[in-house]
Amino acid sequence: MPLLETHQLTAWYGDFQALYGLDTSLDMGETIAIIGANGSGKSTFLKAIAGLVRSSPDSVMFDGLPIGARPAADIVKLGIALVPEGRRLFASLSVEENLLIGAYGRNTGGPWTLDRVYALFPLLRERRSSAPATLSGGQQQMAAIGRALMSNPRVLLCDEISLGLAPIIIADIYAALPQIRAEGTSTVLVEQDIVQAMRVADRVYCFQEGRLSLAGRPQELTREQIHRAYFGS
Amino acid sequence: MTGWLDALIQGVLLGGLYALFAAGLSLIFGVMRLVNLAHGDLIVLAAFAILVVAGKFGLDPFVAVLLALPVLFVVGFALQHVLLNRTLGRDLLPPLLVTFGLSIIIQNGLLQVFSADSQRLRSGAIETASIPLGGGIAIGVVPLLTLLSAIAVILLLNFIFYRTPVGRAFRATSDDLEVAQLMGIDHRRVFATAMGLAFVVITIAALYLGLRANFDPTAGPARLLYAFEAVIIGGLGSFWGTLAGGIVLGLAQTIGARIDPEWQILAGHLAFLLVLVVRPRGLFPRAQD
Repeated sequence: MPLLETHQLTAWYGDFQALYGLDTSLDMGETIAIIGANGSGKSTFLKAIAGLVRSSPDSVMFDGLPIGARPAADIVKLGIALVPEGRRLFASLSVEENLLIGAYGRNTGGPWTLDRVYALFPLLRERRSSAPATLSGGQQQMAAIGRALMSNPRVLLCDEISLGLAPIIIADIYAALPQIRAEGTSTVLVEQDIVQAMRVADRVYCFQEGRLSLAGRPQELTREQIHRAYFGS
Repeated sequence: MTGWLDALIQGVLLGGLYALFAAGLSLIFGVMRLVNLAHGDLIVLAAFAILVVAGKFGLDPFVAVLLALPVLFVVGFALQHVLLNRTLGRDLLPPLLVTFGLSIIIQNGLLQVFSADSQRLRSGAIETASIPLGGGIAIGVVPLLTLLSAIAVILLLNFIFYRTPVGRAFRATSDDLEVAQLMGIDHRRVFATAMGLAFVVITIAALYLGLRANFDPTAGPARLLYAFEAVIIGGLGSFWGTLAGGIVLGLAQTIGARIDPEWQILAGHLAFLLVLVVRPRGLFPRAQD
């Protein structure tokens, strides 16, 4: 049984339908990537899983449990953490306080402690007392990932973690993913950087205008298939 | 010269009372961006609650307040959980209307139960006790206790906000409500806790209001005005700023009264307007507001 599944997942913003019946799955210890153009519904998909966008209860199943209608604060307690697009660190909290508050809802014990996050991202230890606004974009992204890890999630949802970052910084951040995976955390990556996504993912889903346009293992997909799924024929 | 020095000292002490009025308002606005128009009436309601507890059990108000504090924490928590949480959203109008309505309900409810008669909390000799400082200047024990309590309240609030997990949750929720929920923070519970805490501060303010002056069911709106002015003079989101705002207001009033007793209230409002003109964000605004 997959750890996380969506069945005919739909999502709405008022009268606007953003997702149209998405079927996806994530196995234990697996990394999947969601790719697609802007507005294809990638971020909405993550928000629906994380509880920020409500869906029907059975449309999102986590470890056999229907969670589609649960609020975000409950979902993180079950073991799903979201690294939101744009980092969105808490401005009035220091870097260390941002990390600590990651464990607020789910302080169950596990591999990810403050020291372990600092070991993963040593730069954060040096800036532990700093205000997030004084950090570089890459450091902010590290803090946002560290904050999500502090809840010791079983599933980590990452929304555009490479957005607006220099290639060398992106490489640093992606270098941390194998260590996260080694702790048994499954990961859903939403990415516009297809090369990075294909490199780390076990499977890839491509969305187009809220619909699933392609699914498969990176090595099995051709450039033409991806191009067609990404932009339409 | 002695008269002016006395005015300055009394102004600082009066500022402690205004800071107590303002601290609860500042807390609520800081955490949930709720402008509570019933704040002054809640202070008066708490003063009546202390009066009832003191009268019923024959207790000194300083003891009665200890019994009233946990009860009013629960009342504040429940008020937020049951009523005010439903009004919070992107539209600022519903909480304003609901708290305005609450203000009217409290005033009329108190009128029904206690009549329009002025009341006062009685605590015996301490009410008139004073400490001579020499040179003909003396400070009242109750005003001094008021200022010390205001400082203690602000130290405690700062400790809670900056040294505890619940304080981190307050600040995180204030910064970004959506992401706070991703941390497992139940913002409705956080707001209710903040309101409960504000009610504790309100109850302490009510104790000193009742010991220092007469109060009646319609005394709330004026207290709200002083609280607003102190918060805005000090700068939104800063507890120490709120204390400073209260002291500026108190000083302006006592200096105004020293010039002419009729100027006391007006001088406070003028000081408020002056700060608005010179520093619209207040004297000590929080950096990111």
